[in-house]
Amino acid sequence: MTGSESNVASTGRRPLVELRDVDKHFGALHVLRSVDLTVGEGEVVVVIGPSGSGKSTLCRTINRLETIDSGRITLDGRELPAEGKELAKLRADVGMVFQSFNLFAHKTVRDNVTLGPVKARGKSAAEARKKADELLERVGVANQADKYPAQLSGGQQQRVAIARALAMEPKVMLFDEPTSALDPEMINEVLDVMISLAKSGMTMIVVTHEMGFARRAADRVVFMADGQILEDAEPEQFFTAPRHERSKDFLSKILTH
Amino acid sequence: MEFLTEHFDDFVNGFFRSLSIALWGAVGSLLLGTLLAVFRVSPIPVLQGFGAAYVTLVRNTPLTVLLFGMAFGVPGLGINASFYLFGVVTLILYTAAFVCEAIRSGIATVPIGQAEAARAIGLTFGQSLGLVILPQAMRSVVPPVGSVIIAMIKNSAVVGAAGVGSDLFSVYKRMTSALGYAPLPVLTAVAVAFLIMTLSTGALLALAERRMAVAR
Repeated sequence: MTGSESNVASTGRRPLVELRDVDKHFGALHVLRSVDLTVGEGEVVVVIGPSGSGKSTLCRTINRLETIDSGRITLDGRELPAEGKELAKLRADVGMVFQSFNLFAHKTVRDNVTLGPVKARGKSAAEARKKADELLERVGVANQADKYPAQLSGGQQQRVAIARALAMEPKVMLFDEPTSALDPEMINEVLDVMISLAKSGMTMIVVTHEMGFARRAADRVVFMADGQILEDAEPEQFFTAPRHERSKDFLSKILTH
Repeated sequence: MEFLTEHFDDFVNGFFRSLSIALWGAVGSLLLGTLLAVFRVSPIPVLQGFGAAYVTLVRNTPLTVLLFGMAFGVPGLGINASFYLFGVVTLILYTAAFVCEAIRSGIATVPIGQAEAARAIGLTFGQSLGLVILPQAMRSVVPPVGSVIIAMIKNSAVVGAAGVGSDLFSVYKRMTSALGYAPLPVLTAVAVAFLIMTLSTGALLALAERRMAVAR
């Protein structure tokens, strides 16, 4: 894959996340095959592909929720450390939004957002609370701050999850199918937050099936199948003139209705 | 019922002695049991192995064997303490194995996504466990741990029988052998005293369960 590198070079961005020759197996299944990917600072990269293509796994390797068998992953020039305090520190710099929200069920919305800043960053409770309330305002759930996650709709929960990740002031945000578990009428409220985040200059890696989001907010679309990156292109080019047979096939299947 | 009116003070003292065995036993076994559970779910193989070996060994040994092992074995190592202390420590060591497994089952009920989210915001393993996993595990742990603690309160009678002295079981022995009262009424009184402890523990557990159910 040379597409990613040439793209970054052409836009002149400083590389923030780099994957080199990354391989991973789940037992006999080869989920990532020699994956190379570079994401520049401020870049929004959408990863799409059929289910089982390895896109979620790829996303999760970047903050080492999945370990890799071989290859190199660097964040801001530093290789991911092994499990321990160093890795925890690095994860604090990488925001992650999950398909199933994963808000802390025993904590209020506000406490979900302040937990990381207070415990992992050592901020004062007052400072964290102020920041949390700003972020909850920004994602439009300020009036839910004292509720528990189970009392919120899916769309609200996912927006809280975004606020929780942003509270860490991350260098990069990972989104692992953030709208796949949502009822259709709630998808847009989450995508709107993500689009405004993209416009604010946040570096984002987004695994999604939302082609509208890819077209509107992505700088690049990465297409994966069978654990490989088959295509890495600008959204317009990818959607109108996909180069790879598998991309064409995939697009024809999802865009027909 | 003459034994009760004549020796009520003995009963009260016996009750408080047994209660103190039970209380220290509960506090100690909850702490040690939680620590063992943390060992068993930790990513460090040595701790995992220790936790698993401890549970296997202690859970499968009769309490009386442990008690006599402590009482006869430990002084041989040059450590001397009262029977009371030996009794309480043995009870803690024994009960902790069961508490550990009950808490571990509670940890397994917390969705894996909670731990992933905790790690993703930069919490260390200890913080994830202490701030996110255990507080949620505790909800589902209250009923099984409660059963373990109630069983432990009753086991404190076994500890008493091994010779702690002046607890309810010692009172029973003195009443029936030295003072010659009929066993059945005295035994009934002892049973009632234990019921006071176990039933109030049960009530506390029900309260704890209700409090935790609200907070979600």
